Parts: sequence; C-alpha cells; structure tokens
Amino acid sequence: MRRILFLAQAEVLHIVRDRILVAQILVVPIVQLLILSNAATFQIRNTSIHIVDLDRTSTSRGLASHLAASGHFQIVGTAPSLDAANEGLLAGTVTMVVVIPHDFEASLVRTGVAPVELSVNGEKGSAAGIVQAYASRVLVDYAAELTSRLRPNVIAAKAGMPIPLRGVPRIDVRVRGRYNPTLNYRHYMVPGILVALVTMIGTLLSAQNIAREKELGTLEQLNVTPIRRGEFIAAKLLPFWVLGLLELSLGLIVGKLVFDIPMVGSVLLLYGAAALYLAVALGIGLWISTLVETQQQAMFVTFFIVIIYLLMSGLFTPIDSMAPWVQAISQINPVRHFVTISRAILMKGAGPAAIVEPLSILAISAAVILTLAVRQYRKRVA
Amino acid sequence: MSALKGLLQKEVFHILRDRRTLIVLIALPVVQVVLFGFAIRTDIDGVRLAVVDSAPDYATMALRDRFASAGVFRTVSVVTRTADLDPLFQNGQAQQAIVFKPSFAADLARGEPAQILIVTDATEPNTGSLLQAYAQAVIDGYQRELSASAASSAVRASRMVIAPDVRVRFNPTRASSNLFVPGLMAFVLTIVSSMMTAISITREKETGTMEAMLVSPLRPLEIIVGKVAPYLVIGFVSAIAIIVEARLVFRVPLRGSLLLLLFEAALFILVSLSLGILVSARTSSQRLAMMAALLGTMLPNVLLSGFIFPVESMPWLLRILSNIVPGRWFVAIARGIMLKGVGLAYVWRETLILAVMAGVLLAASVHSFKERLE
Repeated sequence: MRRILFLAQAEVLHIVRDRILVAQILVVPIVQLLILSNAATFQIRNTSIHIVDLDRTSTSRGLASHLAASGHFQIVGTAPSLDAANEGLLAGTVTMVVVIPHDFEASLVRTGVAPVELSVNGEKGSAAGIVQAYASRVLVDYAAELTSRLRPNVIAAKAGMPIPLRGVPRIDVRVRGRYNPTLNYRHYMVPGILVALVTMIGTLLSAQNIAREKELGTLEQLNVTPIRRGEFIAAKLLPFWVLGLLELSLGLIVGKLVFDIPMVGSVLLLYGAAALYLAVALGIGLWISTLVETQQQAMFVTFFIVIIYLLMSGLFTPIDSMAPWVQAISQINPVRHFVTISRAILMKGAGPAAIVEPLSILAISAAVILTLAVRQYRKRVA
Repeated sequence: MSALKGLLQKEVFHILRDRRTLIVLIALPVVQVVLFGFAIRTDIDGVRLAVVDSAPDYATMALRDRFASAGVFRTVSVVTRTADLDPLFQNGQAQQAIVFKPSFAADLARGEPAQILIVTDATEPNTGSLLQAYAQAVIDGYQRELSASAASSAVRASRMVIAPDVRVRFNPTRASSNLFVPGLMAFVLTIVSSMMTAISITREKETGTMEAMLVSPLRPLEIIVGKVAPYLVIGFVSAIAIIVEARLVFRVPLRGSLLLLLFEAALFILVSLSLGILVSARTSSQRLAMMAALLGTMLPNVLLSGFIFPVESMPWLLRILSNIVPGRWFVAIARGIMLKGVGLAYVWRETLILAVMAGVLLAASVHSFKERLE
C-alpha cells in the first residue's frame, strides 16, 4: 500500500509540474463545454425560406405571415419566380421553398383542399425532416384557423343554419414532451459532453503516461524495484482517477452555472457511476500505453479509438437510429453506457434500479480491461 | 534536385517504417466512412411505443392496430396505469407512450371529445418533435376515417385542408451518408495533411535531425517540399479511396465533375498542409504540435464546418468564426458538386476563398520556416 502511495505521489508531482498539462486539464474542459454545447446542436433555428406566392390573395398572404410568425423561419426571398427560388436552393442560401399555387384560395374555398408545395434542401440533412415537420404544423394550424373563420359562414349561408358539431367523432389529442419540456438542445448535450470530457482527459493522459516512461527510460528503473504489477497499475490509475472526478465536478459546476442544466436525479449516484466508468476509461488508456512504444503512437491510437467510441456512443446522434449491427457492437462501448447513465440521472431522475443494466456492463468492462492491462504489462517486463 | 530526391526517399522510408501509424492512416478513412454511414444517422425507425389502455375497447384496439401497422412504431409494452410509464421511460425501454382515457369508444360514439395523451421522451428535442408529428399523423388518419364513415358529406366538407406536397431536393431519401461523405473528406484530409505534417516536422526538431538537414545544401523550400510531398500523395489517395468507397458501399451520388472535385480537394490539401507547417514552425515538441493541430485544425473542421451540425443554428459568434474555417468552404463545395451537380459557376466564391487561404497560408508557412532557419 505504501508503495502505491509513493508512486501515486510521484505521478501527482509530474502532473502538477507540467504547466501545459495543468492548463490542458483546467482550461480545455471549460472551453470544450462552452464551444461544444453551442456548436454541437441540431437545433433548428433561423431556417431560411423562400416563399413563391403565385396566388397573391389575402389567404395566401395569411399563410406567408403565419410561416413568418411561427418563429422557426426567416423569410429571405419573396420573389414570385420559381427560377429565383431554385437558384437559392442551388446556391445553398435557401433551406426551403414554399410554392403557393395560383388557384390556392379559389380551390380552398371551392373544394376545401388546396395544395402547397414544399421543396426542402436535402443537403441540410436532419434539418430537412424537422423543417418539414415545422412547416406542416403551421399549415395544419392555419387550415384549422381558416376553417373556423371562413367555413361556418359558407356552410351556414348555404344550409341556412349552423352546422351541428355533435355526432361527429372527435379525438382530442394532447401532446406532452417529457424530460425536456422547453426542447432545449443544450440540456440534452451538456450531460453527454461531460462524459466526453472525462473520457478525453482520462484516456489520453493515462495512455501517454507509460509510453512516456518508456521513452524516457524510467520504466526500466521501475521494473527493477520490488513493486508488483497490480500495485504499479493501481498507482498509475489513482491520480488520474481523482483527476477525472475533479474534471466531472468542474464540468457539472460550469454546466449548472452557465447552462442551468437539469439535475433531476441524485448527483451522488452520478459520481458513483463516474467512478466505475473512469476505471474503464483509464484502463483502456493504460492498456494502450503498454502496447505502444512512443508517445506519438500512444496519442494517435488513443485518439483514433476515442473518436470511434464517442461517435458510436449516442452522444451526437441517437443510438436508435444506428444500423442494427452497429447497435449490437455499441453494447461493448463503455462511453455509450455512461452517456445513457448521465442523461438518465440528470434529465430523467433515474434511480439505481433504472440504470442497473448499463452499470453492470461497466463493472464487467472495468474488470476485463484492468485484468488485460495488468497482464499486458507483465509481458513487457518478462 | 537529387538532394530533394534523397529527402523524399527518406520521408517515404519514415512513413513505411512506422507500421502502427501507417495502419491508422490507412484504416482511418475506411473505418470512418463505414462508421459514418451506418452509425451517424438521424433517421427514425422502430420507435418503442408503450400503450396505456386501462379499459380496452374496439376503438382503442383499432387505433393500436393503426400504430402497429404504421411501420414506424413497435409496441413494446401495454400497461393499465400511467404510473407504470415512469420506469419504462427512465431506462429507455419506451420512447413514446399513448394514453387512452377510459371511456374512449363510448366518448367517440357519443360525439364527445375522446381524449388521447401522447407522451414523448423529448430528452433529444428533434427526435421528440418528430415522434410527436408521427403519432399525430397516425391519429389524424384514424380520425379522418371515422369522420368519413360517420358524418354527412356537408359536415365532412366543412373541414379545410392545406395539403403539403413535400419534395426533398438533392437528397430525396435523406440518406445521412450522402451528407457526411463530403465532410468526411475534409476530416480525413485534415488529419493526414495538418496533423501528420506538423508531427513529422517537429519530430525532426525533437530528435535533432533538423539541424543536420539545415546544414545540408538543401534550400528551405526544398525541405518543405520534401517533407510535405509524401503526405500530399497520401491525402490524395485517401480522398479518392473515400469517394470510391462511398460510391460502392453507400451509393453516394457524384452528380458533378470528378475532375473539379479532385481539383478542389487538392486546394484544400494545400491549405491544410500549410497549416501543418505553420503549427510545426511555432511548436517545439511532438506533443504540443499534436495538441495544437488537434485544437487548431481538427476540431474547427469537424464542429464549425457544417459537416455534422448546421452552421446556421449556431450563435452569431461561432457563425462568424466559421468563416475562417477552411473545412466550411470545402464542405459546401464538395456537397454542391456531389449532390447538386453544380459546376464552378456556383462554387466560384468558395473556391476563391480557399485559393486565397492557400496562397496566404503557404506564403506565411514558407516565411515562418525561413525565419526560424536564420
């Protein structure tokens, strides 16, 4: 035990002495949180639309003003020319073109149905689907408003009496979005970015660690000391483990103060899960560092693996959208499980019972990867 | 000239000798394309639906059937109490729930509003909004069917409908892979060009071999050319590999001119290489060079290029910042050529910006390299 503490103390001194490293540890996470949470967003805002109004009636103008008033769209063009709108799509300055045909009002009054053409720029990816959903919603609302404003009069005038609404089957649909009622993208991203922070720092630093000792030749010195393999790995892990938890605290504080992220569940439970997860992340880093020869290789391999882990973790895009075989593979991705846990606790207020499955997978991963790291280290010594 | 040849040969040996790095360099584009194609998707399918139906009747059964046959939904659980929903949502077993009010069919028959509550897991706001829209469309369809059979034609006609006729241009299936491939090219080219160049030059500094090269009859420009030429080739090969793989595996279209695309890629590689040289001129250790290349070129090219996240949704500060990110312009160009099939007439502005960037950065990097020599 004393040996572990001595070695851990040496590690701490190394970390504190390295100014760049300290800056990296303190500044990078905050910058990452601030930039990532603002940049990594699929939130749809300021969607530029071009309205081609070929009808030019009060009804069609009403539709245009409803689109403008919905808050989702920014009207960048109203020239009644299909060519101009098409140019906008090609040049990428327009995300959606709304074409109101010239008999819009007439056919709406006559037949009750009028088409509107929405051309969405598919280049904008997932935004295209959302934009389309937003626009459709505006159309439905506007149609309902028109119905109540125009139709009763028309029908009543024809039939000479108000229409009986009773007897018509009606479904009253209420909609509730849970856990993120304001649909704030940051509330979704920040708990995930916290995981990315802890992962980056934990894995990168620990991977560099043994590789550096190898490069400097100090690993040889350690090898001739009476320290045992398990003790060695434990001593290497300990400082970074504490560092990772500090990092998480830093992230949580910034997240709370700057973004006011929800903390519905128990923060203590989150720390417990983080402690377990860090063992996995650090274990992976240490394992890599026993495999490689130089710091450059260590960073390169780690970087490669961390990128794949992060992209397949559901941090940026939902796991549910991935191809089935990717979803199956992602089960062995520890980042995925911690992202799930972090969001479940912070946003949904999940208790231990709800996160038993990802937690146990993390525990198994920790056992496996640490065993691997210890065994791998022995091979090097022999 | 033969001195330059010798330097080139030495660089090639360096690259070939470091197997681990080489494997990463080769595997990276291949793996990334597969990953992005299959994993980085935002398509919604197989929504896990929970149903709260405390008193099942013919109407709730009919509506449940409609959800089951809509294709998007998969009913995972039917419970009788709303309270049973919480654990389902918390551990992610259910993404959405429809809650029927007990006397659903009776209310319908009497013409009273029959209540349905749609509860959606909106932790991810976009998925949440889309799921709500899907569920509402299913219920709307059911309601239309009911009205059609029950009501008189006069009443039916009283409802006005604006029917959207939606067309998705340039990417009708909205396949995510079509969008990611251009960005992926920028990403891989940055790694190969900026990061590898920066590391390779600082390594010479760290190991002291740079001194040896400086006292050789090689001119500074020759040293730079010798160092970057192999990476230019690797970058170009990766770009072509990505295009081929994207076509074969994901059938990503290439509607415009391949020649123009390769020319633009070369321009972008030039910009990235210059950035790599600049980084290496300012840093003294590999670790520092790696960090600087990572933060200075990689992250901006991924985050601020519109590659994954739409630039127009970002706060104004980041939107302005994105203008100096070369990847942003390259992504716009590559998407234009591949998806829209446009020619230089539509992308000349972006091309000009890239060309100016290349000119300025190249001059700056050669200058800073010379400065350091004296």
